[in-house]
Amino acid sequence: MSSTGNGLGAFLAAGEEGDTGMHMPTLDELYPDPFWTIGDWFAFNRVDLIRVVAVLGLVVLMWLGARRSALVPTRGQSTFELAIGFVHKQICEVAMSPAMARKYLPFIATIFFTVLAVNITGVLPFMNLSSNGVVALPLILAACAWIAFVAQGIKAHGAGRYLAENLLPKGAPKWMYVVLAPIEFLSTFVLRPVTLTVRLMANMIAGHFLLTAFFVMTSYLLVSGGGLIKGLGLLTAAASFVFVLFEVFVAGLQAFIFALLTSVYIGLAKEQH
Amino acid sequence: MWLAEGAPEGINLFIPPWSEVIISLVCLGISAIAVAKYGVPRYLKVLDARAEAIEGGLARASEAAEEIARLRQGMDVEKEAARIEAAHIREEAKADAQALIAASKAKAAEEARRIQEAAQRQIASERKAAEVSLRVDVGELATALAEKIVGEALRDNAIAGRVIDRFLADLDARSGAEKGA
Repeated sequence: MSSTGNGLGAFLAAGEEGDTGMHMPTLDELYPDPFWTIGDWFAFNRVDLIRVVAVLGLVVLMWLGARRSALVPTRGQSTFELAIGFVHKQICEVAMSPAMARKYLPFIATIFFTVLAVNITGVLPFMNLSSNGVVALPLILAACAWIAFVAQGIKAHGAGRYLAENLLPKGAPKWMYVVLAPIEFLSTFVLRPVTLTVRLMANMIAGHFLLTAFFVMTSYLLVSGGGLIKGLGLLTAAASFVFVLFEVFVAGLQAFIFALLTSVYIGLAKEQH
Repeated sequence: MWLAEGAPEGINLFIPPWSEVIISLVCLGISAIAVAKYGVPRYLKVLDARAEAIEGGLARASEAAEEIARLRQGMDVEKEAARIEAAHIREEAKADAQALIAASKAKAAEEARRIQEAAQRQIASERKAAEVSLRVDVGELATALAEKIVGEALRDNAIAGRVIDRFLADLDARSGAEKGA
């Protein structure tokens, strides 16, 4: 396909052919070739590097916010306190008692800030990819959440009662338990971590596709398009900007949802009777 | 075997390879240290210190208010006591003053009586003296008058002769009576 394509048809065709000026994003971008391997069991690729950078960024921000904590806060400390205070008040205390919220704040805050830091790389220049688009970290975080709420349930009620209360909901006729128990088991102990994992991962993949598609379209339309098509490129450029803001929102929202659901699951495990 | 594998398919999309798990765990560990071991404790410390400062301030304020109330109550008690004492003193002073006035009055009356008596005594003695002196004067005047009268009379021999005769006769009569007895 020549670079002076003649309109939308050419543009659409380009996507299908895939070997011309415009490469629409594919899942393969989340699984790039590694640039560091140890034997055949360890590989370190661009996605891993981005994850490490995100976590190091989080470490630096934490240090900047908390290094000089004083009664009368500086601007940096205020921001830091606002962020952790948000997790404390809006995520922990809405689902748990104040004492419990305080106890679980380190755990929930770790989840929130880790997810947020890794999510936000999806809109940061030069990275433009969130490592939460691959399953490893979301799955590990969901596993941590699962362990936390199950442990809390067993601690609060004992293993037998905790299981019974979850699998055999009160008020249902006895014979229904045959059906209810497997459903409840599935929903509480299987679907919770699965949905946590998939929701986060899918959102990050979708966000990446969305942004990349708009960037690629914009670049292609502006460079290769002619006349009116260039105008369309300006439109997609504006849309890219809006979608970057949207993805910033999604990055925060997904971190919030992941942390809030973990908090709610732990709170429920404690409250049940 | 790592090269050009591309995206896994189907369920493998959700099964992370070991190296991913290891890297993710290390990343999670680092962020857990940064957030849970460093950030959150510092946040909670400042939060507690701030709450402590506010509560301490409130406690100190209420303590001060209590202290003021206590002092005010003490002051009221003292004021009442002072008022009662002042009333006492006033009453005592009034009584003292009345006693003093009565004593002065009595003393003044006594003095007046004494002065009156002394005056009366003096008047009496002066009157006596005047009486004595008057009597003397009257005697002298009488005598002088008598002398004058007598002197004149003696110059008239007839009268004198008769007086002398009568006198001598009296004397004779008196001595004859005495002899006769």
